[in-house]
Amino acid sequence: MISRNTRRQLVSHAMSALCVAAVIIALVPVGLILSFVVAKGIGSINLAFFTQMPKPVGETGGGMANAVFGSLVICGLGALFAVPVGVLSGVYIAEFKGTRFAFLARFAADTLNGVPSIVVGVFIYTIAVMPVHQFTALAGGLALGVMMIPVITRTTEELLRLVPQSLTEGALALGATRGRAIFSVVLPAALPGIITGIVLALARIAGETAPLLFTSFNNRFWSTSLTHEMASLTVQIYTYAIAPYDEWHRQAWAGALVLVTLVLICSILARIATRRLGRLQRGA
Amino acid sequence: MTARRRIHASDLLFRMGTGAFALVLIAIVAGIAAVLWHESLLSIRTFGLKFWQTSRWDPVAGDFGAVPFIWGTLYSSILALLISTPVAIGIAVFLAELCPGWLRTPLVFLTELLASIPSIVYGLWGIFVLVPHVRQFQLGLPDWIRDLPLFSGPPVGVNMLSAGLILAIMIVPYSSSVAREVLKTVPTAQREAAYALGSTRWEATRVALHYARVGIVGAIMLGFGRALGETMAVTMVIGNSPQAKWSLFEPQYTMAAVIANEFREAVEQLHLDALVEIGLVLFTITLMVNVASRVLIWNMTRERRARTAPIGAVPAEESAV
Repeated sequence: MISRNTRRQLVSHAMSALCVAAVIIALVPVGLILSFVVAKGIGSINLAFFTQMPKPVGETGGGMANAVFGSLVICGLGALFAVPVGVLSGVYIAEFKGTRFAFLARFAADTLNGVPSIVVGVFIYTIAVMPVHQFTALAGGLALGVMMIPVITRTTEELLRLVPQSLTEGALALGATRGRAIFSVVLPAALPGIITGIVLALARIAGETAPLLFTSFNNRFWSTSLTHEMASLTVQIYTYAIAPYDEWHRQAWAGALVLVTLVLICSILARIATRRLGRLQRGA
Repeated sequence: MTARRRIHASDLLFRMGTGAFALVLIAIVAGIAAVLWHESLLSIRTFGLKFWQTSRWDPVAGDFGAVPFIWGTLYSSILALLISTPVAIGIAVFLAELCPGWLRTPLVFLTELLASIPSIVYGLWGIFVLVPHVRQFQLGLPDWIRDLPLFSGPPVGVNMLSAGLILAIMIVPYSSSVAREVLKTVPTAQREAAYALGSTRWEATRVALHYARVGIVGAIMLGFGRALGETMAVTMVIGNSPQAKWSLFEPQYTMAAVIANEFREAVEQLHLDALVEIGLVLFTITLMVNVASRVLIWNMTRERRARTAPIGAVPAEESAV
């Protein structure tokens, strides 16, 4: 017969063990996915992948030069749309918090953050593709921009709030207007953090496929025109993955490896930067 | 006097200038709702409520019923929730209550790594690794189990179970990181009081969990919202077959997947509108789930902020959501 206290201790240890098990269960998929992507992708990664165009079915070799380039362009366009809107709306929400309009804008940011990416694709298709009867790289950039905005808005708002109030007060006491105080003093103080946030947002949208399916579509050829359809790494991986050709599957894994590497580098850099910032802010 | 007025003017300019961009943000959200509503009018008028009551999806005959899609979306997301919730709470408890300090940062980083892997990569892994394993598992089950309604179905591997599993893997980091933030907001006094009364570690943790329950429900709902809208990975493993079935091994379909697959090919206006209506409903459902979860998390963290937050600390809700 186990005493009541021993039983309680045993239950306690058992639950701790279950929690450890949960961590392991969650980490196994990370390990599996990453190891598969590396194992399957590494064999197909070579210079040709970045410099050559896709080959027709049946031929081996070739690469995704157009898709790599397209992804960079579309993500760049997305950032171009999203950074001004995100940063400035974030400034508004942080500066005029307490007003009904700021609350509404913040609510809109949170809502937008939760909108499924496929719905964003349908929205942009309706306003930017249907009227011109043409899939365009611009529309793709717009779709990714819409996905980026809420992330940047909320990051900017949070970081502005971390800047000590005394900095603003100092600027105001020197006779700066409110706008001047924000743009010359507060925003620069928060800038490294905001840039980190933007990099993280970029990493997130670089992996988006659904919003591009019917905005920038796909293109088998090299294209630099922003007003025509443009290939992207993610849509290309999708096309290859669901096709029945082994050679295409190989290319899809290679594409996935490039994508994961990019996203991981961004996350790790952002993490290191965040930690540095944290140390700076604590005054070390 | 003039100098003073100039300051006011520039303040006004600052407010209007940044306000305009905040307005863009609001306009995008309002625009999404308005556009989806407007573009699905034809389908709404033609089918009315019947759209959500029938399960025939026949673009050729112009007959559209959305039951299989809403069924598949809810089924796969709830399945994912059932699988992921215990794991997510376990991780949150481990990281917030049990973990030694040196292990916490790398572990948090690794779990968050899961969140940053693109959905298409999950899908690729799903098709080529998970699906064959699910098929093996199904074939390995004894016959009497495979005759049960919950486990019947063709041995193809692309089915509800694969979709639920991949969604579960994808939402664990979201739920667990918010749940961890919520647990961190539980005042230390709660745990200390429990220990002072002679609690074991688990009993003290239970006190903390009880205190944080509302926020944890919010964290789980946030993951649910993610699962509802997830497109690529699910499209690649669920089998894309418009049928509402109970069986885990039946290929099915989701709302997001049908839009991804058919939207570009839809030529009939009615077909297009029917797809947009599905998008409208998906938008509405995820909106409601997200708002509800945020209210819960906010309620939880606000209480604590008023009581114990040190000046200048980031409110947990902010850093988590």
